[in-house]
Amino acid sequence: MSEKEIKNLEEIFEQKIARDEKIEPKDWMPEKYRKTHIRQISQHAHSEIVGMLPEGNWITRAPSLRRKVALLAKVQDEAGHGLYLYSACETLGISRDELYNQLHTGKAKYSSIFNYPTITWADIGAIGWLVDGAAIINQVPLCSTSYGPYARAMIRVCKEESFHQRQGFEIMMTLANGTPEQKEMAQDALNRWWWPSLMMLGPTDAESVHTAQSMKWKLKRKTNDELRQQFIDQTVPQADLIGLTVPDPDLKWNEETGHYDFGEIDWEEFWQVVKGHGPCNKERMNARVNAWEKGEWVRDAAMAYAKKQEDKKLREAI
Amino acid sequence: MKNENLVQYIYGIADNALILGQRLSELCGHGPSLETDIAGTNMALDLLGQTRSYYQYVASLVGEGKTEDDIAFLRTERQYKNVLLVEQPNRHFGYVIARQFLFDVFHLLLLQELQRSEDETLAAIAKKGIKEVSYHRRFSSDWIKRLGDGTEESHQKVQEAINDLWRFTDELFHMTENDMIVADEGVGIDVKQLREDYYRIVKEVLEEATLTVPEIKYFQKGGKQGIHGEHMGYLLSDLQYMQRTYPNMKW
Repeated sequence: MSEKEIKNLEEIFEQKIARDEKIEPKDWMPEKYRKTHIRQISQHAHSEIVGMLPEGNWITRAPSLRRKVALLAKVQDEAGHGLYLYSACETLGISRDELYNQLHTGKAKYSSIFNYPTITWADIGAIGWLVDGAAIINQVPLCSTSYGPYARAMIRVCKEESFHQRQGFEIMMTLANGTPEQKEMAQDALNRWWWPSLMMLGPTDAESVHTAQSMKWKLKRKTNDELRQQFIDQTVPQADLIGLTVPDPDLKWNEETGHYDFGEIDWEEFWQVVKGHGPCNKERMNARVNAWEKGEWVRDAAMAYAKKQEDKKLREAI
Repeated sequence: MKNENLVQYIYGIADNALILGQRLSELCGHGPSLETDIAGTNMALDLLGQTRSYYQYVASLVGEGKTEDDIAFLRTERQYKNVLLVEQPNRHFGYVIARQFLFDVFHLLLLQELQRSEDETLAAIAKKGIKEVSYHRRFSSDWIKRLGDGTEESHQKVQEAINDLWRFTDELFHMTENDMIVADEGVGIDVKQLREDYYRIVKEVLEEATLTVPEIKYFQKGGKQGIHGEHMGYLLSDLQYMQRTYPNMKW
């Protein structure tokens, strides 16, 4: 293709995005667009799959049958999200095996929040309330992102996430209204998950390398700092409502700006966890690699069996 | 027949669903593929859903303010009446599938009979469960075939699991004294009558899967009397952890 032709295609492509039309798998797209989307969608899919682990940690110990069933269903939803996000990613011309390989070798990232341990039942409430709450704020704008398969996957993901968020808040509310031991458990979970949840919305705008390009492609509609402020403004009144204290002494309502002012985030901790040195990075990766390697003979068997069945059909047809 | 007979009879059915559901729950997030992970969780959800229906019924029979959770979490090991088969650990995917298959075939036969129970509640729970368990049986039978007739390694692994778990199949057809009392009333099922169909169906699938049907003389039993294997205590430690550590709280 000549340079002129490419330029022409690029123009058509940019105009489509500007008109809020979707880019579909068979449409022409710049290589950078494809790569950026593979990176973001796969990172998102990996987060769903790795995110199953900290919550899965409490399924066998859930405190009631109702909670056990709800948690199982929630973790299963995450597997489902992973499945359709991987499928969306595959439409960009990369295989699921390659995507897994990127995760297992550490080439692809996933949300750092899942590298924190779930040490009490209240952590399951805190994850639903805060982590899914922050995820929704990140994800709702993606329902109208430019890449069709991603946007459509996100519509379904967001519906389920908002259900999870309410479920998590309801766990926290039950604990906060419970015995002193339960309330303490809830407060302790909020103390431990608050700051990592704020970090989930990404580095500050000054540090964020992908923001400008992503805004143009509607992969992002607001900056990290705007999203973070939105999360804080939305979550603090919820904590107040159930009588829990947000662990930030600098947190206070600012009449002038109409937002909460908040304290300094420990970015050193953020980068430590992103770089692989959080409390559970190793455990999470081991669990994923282990499931994959131990499952190899099962996947091989399914392939071999399918081939045998196909051969048999062919023979019968002859 | 007293209430207590009926309650004990329900434990003999419901505890299987609870314990197998618990075993399957352990695997959530660790399956060999996302698709099998989701399917395993589905079965766990179905089984735990059935468990809840049975236990809610028990709670209504017992009264005294008992709840489904008291029944699920606050009995001692000897009071759980599940068969030994369902408590067997997830040693590898071959075991998970073999355990599921050997139970599903029985479970479906049982529910098909139980839907005709004189007890309307049990009949209704069974009827609802049939649809779910039919899917379980199809899923596990398909995987028995895939693993049995897949690769040499998968064949060997699933055969090992079938051989190992076979000794727990006979217990499925034992009638306790209480089972007989409840069956005499037309409420319970005479599971002895299911034995022939069970082994016929199991053998058909195993043969199609190119697997060998084990022939053994000695079988294990005890679950129906509440005498479980050594790993049962650990399963219950997980299951009961919260209710034991924080008694009398709402969650």
